[in-house]
Amino acid sequence: MGRGRPLLPWLWLLPAIVLIGAFYVYPIVETLRLSVMNAGASDFVGPDNYRHVFTDAASRTALLNNLLWLSLFTSLSTGMGLLLALLTGRVRYGAAAKAAVFIPMAISFTAAAVIWRFVYAYRPGGFPQVGLLNALVTGAGLEPVAWLVEREIPYTAAALPAPLQTNNFALLVVGVWMWTGFAMVVFAAGLKGISQDLLDAARVDGAGEWQIFRRITLPLMQPTIVVVATTLVIQALKKFDIVWVMTAGNFGTEVVATLMFKEMFNYRHFGRAAALAVVLMAALFPLMVFTVRRLVGGRDEGGQG
Amino acid sequence: MSRPLCRAALLAAVALSVIASTPRTGRGVDVVGVWGGDELEGFRAMVSPWEERTGHTVSFAGTRDLSAVLTARVEGGRPPDVAILPNPGMMTDLASRGKLVPIDSLLDMERLRREHSSAWLDLGTVEGRLYGLFVKADSKGTVWYSPEVFAEREWEVPGTWDEMIALSDRIAGSGLHPWSVALESGEASGWPGTDWIAEILLHESGPEAYDRWVRHEIPWTDERVKSAWEKFGVVVHTPGYVPGGAAGALATGFVDGSYLPFMSPPRAAMYYLGAFTRGFIAEQFPGLEPGKGFSFFSFPAIDPRWSGAVTGGANVVVAFRDTPEVRSFLSYLSSPEAQQRWVRRGGFTAVNRAVSLDAYPDPLARRAARQLTEAVIFRFDADDSMPPSVQKAFWEGILSYLQDPGSLDRILAGIEARAREAYR
Repeated sequence: MGRGRPLLPWLWLLPAIVLIGAFYVYPIVETLRLSVMNAGASDFVGPDNYRHVFTDAASRTALLNNLLWLSLFTSLSTGMGLLLALLTGRVRYGAAAKAAVFIPMAISFTAAAVIWRFVYAYRPGGFPQVGLLNALVTGAGLEPVAWLVEREIPYTAAALPAPLQTNNFALLVVGVWMWTGFAMVVFAAGLKGISQDLLDAARVDGAGEWQIFRRITLPLMQPTIVVVATTLVIQALKKFDIVWVMTAGNFGTEVVATLMFKEMFNYRHFGRAAALAVVLMAALFPLMVFTVRRLVGGRDEGGQG
Repeated sequence: MSRPLCRAALLAAVALSVIASTPRTGRGVDVVGVWGGDELEGFRAMVSPWEERTGHTVSFAGTRDLSAVLTARVEGGRPPDVAILPNPGMMTDLASRGKLVPIDSLLDMERLRREHSSAWLDLGTVEGRLYGLFVKADSKGTVWYSPEVFAEREWEVPGTWDEMIALSDRIAGSGLHPWSVALESGEASGWPGTDWIAEILLHESGPEAYDRWVRHEIPWTDERVKSAWEKFGVVVHTPGYVPGGAAGALATGFVDGSYLPFMSPPRAAMYYLGAFTRGFIAEQFPGLEPGKGFSFFSFPAIDPRWSGAVTGGANVVVAFRDTPEVRSFLSYLSSPEAQQRWVRRGGFTAVNRAVSLDAYPDPLARRAARQLTEAVIFRFDADDSMPPSVQKAFWEGILSYLQDPGSLDRILAGIEARAREAYR
């Protein structure tokens, strides 16, 4: 073995570098370039596209909706996942319950969105309702609700930059329905990792169930919760499928990803689509760094132990 | 996938694409279009006598993404012999880029002029040469209703917009919703509303304003455009007119919406949508006799100068090559004989005037045909003739207008901004 310049390692790395260059680095650089160009990518327009993204009514709605997804989708899926993991761990039919909650995860997202379109289906009052929810609503003697069409929640227009719509929550429910199972399964595995001896010792010392949860389970579960929450935050930021299939971003349900698709393929405005992509990437970047750090850090700890 | 398997799959794909791209050596005509299923069957039935007579074959490749396929084949130097385009926009584009063979050099123009109204020949002309031959036309000037219900309640078919609104008020007063409006169509939601706007604008402001609007020579914020939206607004926003109001219109699918006037008891009195709506109604209510159980009246006149004007769609046949087979095929295709065979299947109209009205399957289809062949003023459906980005903004604008009629000026300014980018 020669002691000259180590060329061989670079040779082995070459395929990976070429692939990463072609599929990650080049697209990112190209997107950054497009985001400061005009619609047809022929002229430099400076920050115009970014200005548009933050001032245009449609993209502001999209940004706001993404924040809504970010906060509610992440907290609800994580919270319900944790709750279900705790509860199903304590009953005999826990496995069956877990399976029921996890099944949506196994369905293709588009198919799930189509199923939920039927759940929310609307016919005007006096017509036989084909949608599950409206069948229940009219069964209770109320007027049917067009769930997927904008319905402003009173007083929210005054308090927020744009009014909240019930239809956004109708879509959020679908997202939570699909992802709670994922959170639950990861949490259930995490719970299994907590030593039974520790819990027994706490009980012997007279700790109540709530205290055990607060002082032992939650702190020990914290790394798992962070992993699940990070995954869900990333999901929330790039949410596309549910919105696209159920409302196509119409009726005030636009999110950044659907708007980006429209700017690109419907309006053929490469510049704005790229600017939206960059904004989305910038929002995701800190999370990526955080996740990668954790992954690398976790391996180090493992190495020491 | 394991590596050897990968390689095998790749090889197979390459081999297949080579086979697919090998030019056909047999004599025949290579046609591309958008049809599949029923529509393709109709086309096949129409061409089969020509195939039998000449011994040539017609190979038809149908694709939903015609513009991409055609662009690739034309730029790649392998254009088809003939293409059947869903709207004249692509024809104009291809012709002005010199990719098409003018049809007037392939066919007997005297016969064509005799058999077609000049309106249709003008539509197929680019820079003085005829490039497109129109087939399978479809009117969008049809308001569907139940003659039985109308007779029973002594309502009269309105001839003018004002009569139609007066009738709507009367119907609303009697406890029935006068209109079914249904705009839901997945990602394309809103398009049925754009047909309303186009038809109103043509009848209110005339063909010249219509053309200038479609070509973006007048802005979307123009009074004439705004007025068309407001007239549509009267129908969708007057309380009691539409079941479920604007939300009902937004949440109802455009096929489902066509059923309302024909349910028993009826849930609405009238439904405006193109002549193809006939198919939806006939399939859902097989017991209804065309012309009695269900029928249509022509979109009412607004300005009497433009009464009888109609918007619609049609397919346009263009040629890329001049070969004896193509000449023979196009000559057959444009003949009354071929057109007669085609329309007998129902659902659309031949623009060839020599096609006997007896060829149509029933009186209703005959009336739909007359609406087009006798049209003094025919204009292509507006949104289909606009750049795709403007078309999409138009659809979305309809949805926004239903949700918030007060923001019409802002909506029109928004479409105008898209149009400025697209027509530049």
